[in-house]
Amino acid sequence: MPTPTLVHYLILSAVLFTIGTAGVFVRRNIITVLLSIEIMLNAVNLTFVAFGRALGSADGQIIVFFVMTVAAAEAAVGLAIVIGLFRHRESLNPDTFTTLKW
Amino acid sequence: MGSDTLFYLFGAIAIGASLAVIGQRNPIYSVLLLIASFGALSGLYILLDAPFVAVIQIIVYAGAIMVLFLFVVMLLNAPHEETEYDERVHPLLRSGPTRFGVALAVALMVELWWALTKGRETGGFPEGSVSSVAAIGRSLFTDYSFQFEVTSVLILVAMVGAVVLARREPRRPRSPGNP
Repeated sequence: MPTPTLVHYLILSAVLFTIGTAGVFVRRNIITVLLSIEIMLNAVNLTFVAFGRALGSADGQIIVFFVMTVAAAEAAVGLAIVIGLFRHRESLNPDTFTTLKW
Repeated sequence: MGSDTLFYLFGAIAIGASLAVIGQRNPIYSVLLLIASFGALSGLYILLDAPFVAVIQIIVYAGAIMVLFLFVVMLLNAPHEETEYDERVHPLLRSGPTRFGVALAVALMVELWWALTKGRETGGFPEGSVSSVAAIGRSLFTDYSFQFEVTSVLILVAMVGAVVLARREPRRPRSPGNP
Protein backbone atom coordinates (compact mmCIF):
# COMPACT_ATOMS: atom_id res chain seq x y z
CA MET A 1 0.00 0.00 0.00
CA PRO A 2 1.37 3.44 -0.86
CA THR A 3 2.51 5.81 1.84
CA PRO A 4 -0.38 8.14 2.66
CA THR A 5 0.03 11.62 1.24
CA LEU A 6 -2.17 14.69 1.24
CA VAL A 7 -4.29 13.25 -1.57
CA HIS A 8 -5.05 10.15 0.47
CA TYR A 9 -6.32 12.24 3.36
CA LEU A 10 -8.38 14.40 1.00
CA ILE A 11 -9.95 11.34 -0.61
CA LEU A 12 -10.80 9.91 2.80
CA SER A 13 -12.33 13.24 3.72
CA ALA A 14 -14.33 13.30 0.48
CA VAL A 15 -15.68 9.82 1.13
CA LEU A 16 -16.74 10.76 4.66
CA PHE A 17 -18.40 13.94 3.40
CA THR A 18 -20.28 11.95 0.79
CA ILE A 19 -21.48 9.50 3.42
CA GLY A 20 -22.77 12.43 5.45
CA THR A 21 -24.54 13.90 2.42
CA ALA A 22 -26.21 10.59 1.66
CA GLY A 23 -27.24 10.22 5.29
CA VAL A 24 -29.05 13.56 5.30
CA PHE A 25 -31.26 12.41 2.43
CA VAL A 26 -31.62 8.72 3.13
CA ARG A 27 -32.63 8.68 6.77
CA ARG A 28 -36.09 9.55 7.96
CA ASN A 29 -35.14 10.49 11.49
CA ILE A 30 -34.16 14.00 12.53
CA ILE A 31 -31.54 12.78 15.01
CA THR A 32 -29.79 10.68 12.37
CA VAL A 33 -29.89 13.66 10.02
CA LEU A 34 -28.12 15.75 12.67
CA LEU A 35 -25.57 12.96 13.11
CA SER A 36 -24.94 13.00 9.34
CA ILE A 37 -24.25 16.72 9.56
CA GLU A 38 -21.69 15.94 12.27
CA ILE A 39 -20.03 13.44 9.90
CA MET A 40 -19.80 16.16 7.25
CA LEU A 41 -18.30 18.63 9.71
CA ASN A 42 -15.70 16.06 10.72
CA ALA A 43 -14.77 15.38 7.11
CA VAL A 44 -14.12 19.09 6.67
CA ASN A 45 -12.06 19.14 9.87
CA LEU A 46 -9.89 16.36 8.48
CA THR A 47 -9.31 18.44 5.36
CA PHE A 48 -8.27 21.45 7.43
CA VAL A 49 -5.81 19.46 9.52
CA ALA A 50 -4.33 17.69 6.49
CA PHE A 51 -3.81 20.97 4.63
CA GLY A 52 -2.34 22.56 7.74
CA ARG A 53 0.14 19.70 7.98
CA ALA A 54 1.00 19.94 4.29
CA LEU A 55 1.51 23.71 4.41
CA GLY A 56 3.42 23.66 7.70
CA SER A 57 0.93 25.95 9.40
CA ALA A 58 -0.95 25.70 12.67
CA ASP A 59 -3.86 27.77 11.38
CA GLY A 60 -5.71 24.69 10.15
CA GLN A 61 -5.94 23.37 13.67
CA ILE A 62 -7.22 26.69 14.96
CA ILE A 63 -9.99 26.67 12.38
CA VAL A 64 -10.85 23.14 13.49
CA PHE A 65 -11.21 24.51 16.99
CA PHE A 66 -13.74 27.08 15.76
CA VAL A 67 -15.59 24.49 13.69
CA MET A 68 -15.96 22.32 16.76
CA THR A 69 -17.36 25.27 18.71
CA VAL A 70 -19.92 25.94 15.99
CA ALA A 71 -20.76 22.24 15.88
CA ALA A 72 -21.40 22.23 19.62
CA ALA A 73 -23.67 25.26 19.32
CA GLU A 74 -25.46 23.71 16.35
CA ALA A 75 -25.99 20.44 18.20
CA ALA A 76 -27.38 22.20 21.26
CA VAL A 77 -29.85 24.35 19.33
CA GLY A 78 -30.73 21.55 16.90
CA LEU A 79 -31.52 19.09 19.66
CA ALA A 80 -33.59 21.70 21.46
CA ILE A 81 -35.59 22.14 18.26
CA VAL A 82 -35.95 18.34 18.00
CA ILE A 83 -37.33 18.21 21.53
CA GLY A 84 -39.79 20.99 20.74
CA LEU A 85 -40.91 19.28 17.53
CA PHE A 86 -41.33 15.94 19.27
CA ARG A 87 -43.47 17.61 21.88
CA HIS A 88 -45.80 18.95 19.18
CA ARG A 89 -46.04 15.97 16.83
CA GLU A 90 -44.88 12.92 18.83
CA SER A 91 -42.73 11.94 15.87
CA LEU A 92 -39.16 12.29 14.66
CA ASN A 93 -39.94 11.82 10.98
CA PRO A 94 -39.17 15.03 9.09
CA ASP A 95 -42.02 14.30 6.67
CA THR A 96 -44.55 14.97 9.42
CA PHE A 97 -43.44 18.56 9.91
CA THR A 98 -45.16 20.14 6.94
CA THR A 99 -46.85 23.15 8.49
CA LEU A 100 -44.59 25.59 6.66
CA LYS A 101 -44.83 23.71 3.38
CA TRP A 102 -46.49 25.72 0.69
CA MET B 1 2.91 -1.59 12.75
CA GLY B 2 3.96 1.42 10.75
CA SER B 3 2.08 4.65 10.52
CA ASP B 4 1.14 3.79 6.90
CA THR B 5 -0.79 0.76 8.06
CA LEU B 6 -2.38 2.81 10.83
CA PHE B 7 -3.68 5.32 8.27
CA TYR B 8 -5.47 2.61 6.34
CA LEU B 9 -6.73 1.00 9.55
CA PHE B 10 -8.15 4.24 10.95
CA GLY B 11 -9.53 5.26 7.57
CA ALA B 12 -11.32 1.94 7.19
CA ILE B 13 -12.77 2.22 10.69
CA ALA B 14 -13.94 5.78 10.05
CA ILE B 15 -15.62 4.93 6.75
CA GLY B 16 -17.13 1.69 8.01
CA ALA B 17 -18.50 3.26 11.17
CA SER B 18 -19.91 6.24 9.26
CA LEU B 19 -21.61 3.93 6.77
CA ALA B 20 -23.06 1.97 9.67
CA VAL B 21 -24.31 5.23 11.22
CA ILE B 22 -26.49 6.03 8.21
CA GLY B 23 -27.43 2.36 7.77
CA GLN B 24 -28.86 2.07 11.27
CA ARG B 25 -32.50 2.51 12.16
CA ASN B 26 -31.91 2.65 15.88
CA PRO B 27 -30.49 6.10 16.72
CA ILE B 28 -28.72 4.84 19.86
CA TYR B 29 -26.56 2.52 17.76
CA SER B 30 -25.99 5.37 15.33
CA VAL B 31 -24.66 7.60 18.08
CA LEU B 32 -22.39 4.89 19.47
CA LEU B 33 -21.03 4.06 16.01
CA LEU B 34 -20.38 7.74 15.39
CA ILE B 35 -18.30 7.80 18.58
CA ALA B 36 -16.21 4.96 17.10
CA SER B 37 -15.83 6.95 13.88
CA PHE B 38 -14.68 9.99 15.87
CA GLY B 39 -12.14 7.84 17.72
CA ALA B 40 -10.67 6.70 14.40
CA LEU B 41 -10.54 10.30 13.19
CA SER B 42 -8.73 11.22 16.37
CA GLY B 43 -6.10 8.62 15.52
CA LEU B 44 -5.79 10.18 12.07
CA TYR B 45 -5.21 13.57 13.65
CA ILE B 46 -2.38 12.09 15.70
CA LEU B 47 -0.90 10.67 12.47
CA LEU B 48 -1.17 14.19 11.03
CA ASP B 49 0.86 15.51 13.94
CA ALA B 50 -2.04 17.36 15.51
CA PRO B 51 -2.33 16.05 19.07
CA PHE B 52 -4.32 19.06 20.28
CA VAL B 53 -7.07 18.47 17.75
CA ALA B 54 -7.01 14.75 18.54
CA VAL B 55 -7.55 15.39 22.23
CA ILE B 56 -10.35 17.93 21.80
CA GLN B 57 -11.95 15.61 19.24
CA ILE B 58 -12.25 12.98 21.96
CA ILE B 59 -13.15 15.33 24.80
CA VAL B 60 -15.50 17.75 23.04
CA TYR B 61 -16.97 15.65 20.24
CA ALA B 62 -17.07 12.14 21.59
CA GLY B 63 -17.35 13.27 25.17
CA ALA B 64 -19.72 16.22 25.16
CA ILE B 65 -21.64 16.50 21.89
CA MET B 66 -22.33 12.80 21.50
CA VAL B 67 -23.44 12.50 25.11
CA LEU B 68 -25.86 15.33 24.40
CA PHE B 69 -27.20 13.34 21.44
CA LEU B 70 -27.49 10.17 23.53
CA PHE B 71 -29.25 12.13 26.22
CA VAL B 72 -31.84 13.43 23.76
CA VAL B 73 -32.34 10.00 22.16
CA MET B 74 -33.03 8.45 25.53
CA LEU B 75 -35.13 11.39 26.70
CA LEU B 76 -37.44 11.23 23.68
CA ASN B 77 -37.79 7.46 24.04
CA ALA B 78 -38.56 6.92 20.35
CA PRO B 79 -35.76 4.60 19.39
CA HIS B 80 -36.99 3.08 16.15
CA GLU B 81 -37.39 5.01 12.99
CA GLU B 82 -40.89 4.71 11.66
CA THR B 83 -40.53 4.31 7.96
CA GLU B 84 -42.92 4.00 5.11
CA TYR B 85 -40.21 2.68 2.84
CA ASP B 86 -39.53 -0.98 2.42
CA GLU B 87 -36.04 -1.34 3.80
CA ARG B 88 -35.26 -4.26 1.51
CA VAL B 89 -35.62 -2.13 -1.58
CA HIS B 90 -32.36 -0.79 -2.87
CA PRO B 91 -32.03 2.93 -2.02
CA LEU B 92 -31.61 3.84 -5.70
CA LEU B 93 -34.93 2.20 -6.54
CA ARG B 94 -36.96 4.01 -3.92
CA SER B 95 -39.04 7.04 -4.68
CA GLY B 96 -38.67 10.63 -3.68
CA PRO B 97 -35.86 12.38 -1.86
CA THR B 98 -34.03 9.18 -0.98
CA ARG B 99 -33.23 8.33 -4.57
CA PHE B 100 -32.29 11.93 -5.25
CA GLY B 101 -30.02 12.00 -2.22
CA VAL B 102 -28.23 8.79 -3.06
CA ALA B 103 -27.73 9.88 -6.66
CA LEU B 104 -26.41 13.24 -5.47
CA ALA B 105 -24.00 11.54 -3.07
CA VAL B 106 -22.69 9.20 -5.75
CA ALA B 107 -22.20 12.10 -8.16
CA LEU B 108 -20.40 14.12 -5.48
CA MET B 109 -18.11 11.23 -4.64
CA VAL B 110 -17.21 10.56 -8.29
CA GLU B 111 -16.53 14.23 -8.86
CA LEU B 112 -14.38 14.66 -5.77
CA TRP B 113 -12.49 11.46 -6.48
CA TRP B 114 -11.84 12.55 -10.07
CA ALA B 115 -10.69 16.01 -9.01
CA LEU B 116 -8.38 14.67 -6.34
CA THR B 117 -6.74 11.96 -8.39
CA LYS B 118 -6.33 14.28 -11.38
CA GLY B 119 -4.00 16.56 -9.46
CA ARG B 120 -0.27 16.39 -9.32
CA GLU B 121 1.03 13.96 -6.74
CA THR B 122 2.13 16.09 -3.82
CA GLY B 123 4.57 13.64 -2.31
CA GLY B 124 4.90 13.14 1.40
CA PHE B 125 4.30 15.68 4.10
CA PRO B 126 7.16 18.03 4.99
CA GLU B 127 9.29 17.11 7.93
CA GLY B 128 9.13 18.94 11.20
CA SER B 129 6.37 19.57 13.69
CA VAL B 130 4.16 22.61 13.21
CA SER B 131 1.71 22.05 15.93
CA SER B 132 2.95 22.39 19.43
CA VAL B 133 0.05 23.20 21.70
CA ALA B 134 1.88 26.29 22.94
CA ALA B 135 2.10 27.67 19.39
CA ILE B 136 -1.62 27.03 18.84
CA GLY B 137 -2.51 28.72 22.10
CA ARG B 138 -0.33 31.74 21.35
CA SER B 139 -1.86 32.11 17.90
CA LEU B 140 -5.36 31.66 19.30
CA PHE B 141 -4.98 34.46 21.83
CA THR B 142 -3.09 36.91 19.59
CA ASP B 143 -3.96 36.62 15.90
CA TYR B 144 -7.35 35.06 16.48
CA SER B 145 -8.34 36.77 19.70
CA PHE B 146 -11.33 38.59 18.16
CA GLN B 147 -12.68 35.37 16.67
CA PHE B 148 -12.16 33.69 20.01
CA GLU B 149 -14.28 36.29 21.76
CA VAL B 150 -16.97 36.06 19.08
CA THR B 151 -17.02 32.32 19.75
CA SER B 152 -17.82 32.94 23.39
CA VAL B 153 -20.80 35.10 22.37
CA LEU B 154 -21.91 32.33 20.00
CA ILE B 155 -21.82 29.78 22.79
CA LEU B 156 -23.83 32.10 25.03
CA VAL B 157 -26.45 32.64 22.33
CA ALA B 158 -26.67 28.90 21.68
CA MET B 159 -27.12 28.21 25.38
CA VAL B 160 -29.89 30.78 25.78
CA GLY B 161 -31.51 29.62 22.54
CA ALA B 162 -31.49 25.98 23.61
CA VAL B 163 -33.07 26.84 26.94
CA VAL B 164 -35.77 28.95 25.28
CA LEU B 165 -36.54 26.39 22.58
CA ALA B 166 -36.71 23.37 24.86
CA ARG B 167 -38.66 25.12 27.59
CA ARG B 168 -42.09 23.78 28.29
CA GLU B 169 -44.78 26.31 27.50
CA PRO B 170 -46.00 27.91 30.69
CA ARG B 171 -49.54 26.95 31.49
CA ARG B 172 -51.76 29.91 30.80
CA PRO B 173 -53.72 31.10 33.80
CA ARG B 174 -57.36 30.27 33.23
CA SER B 175 -59.62 33.25 33.67
CA PRO B 176 -62.62 32.52 35.87
CA GLY B 177 -65.21 33.38 33.24
CA ASN B 178 -63.64 31.16 30.62
CA PRO B 179 -64.24 27.43 31.00
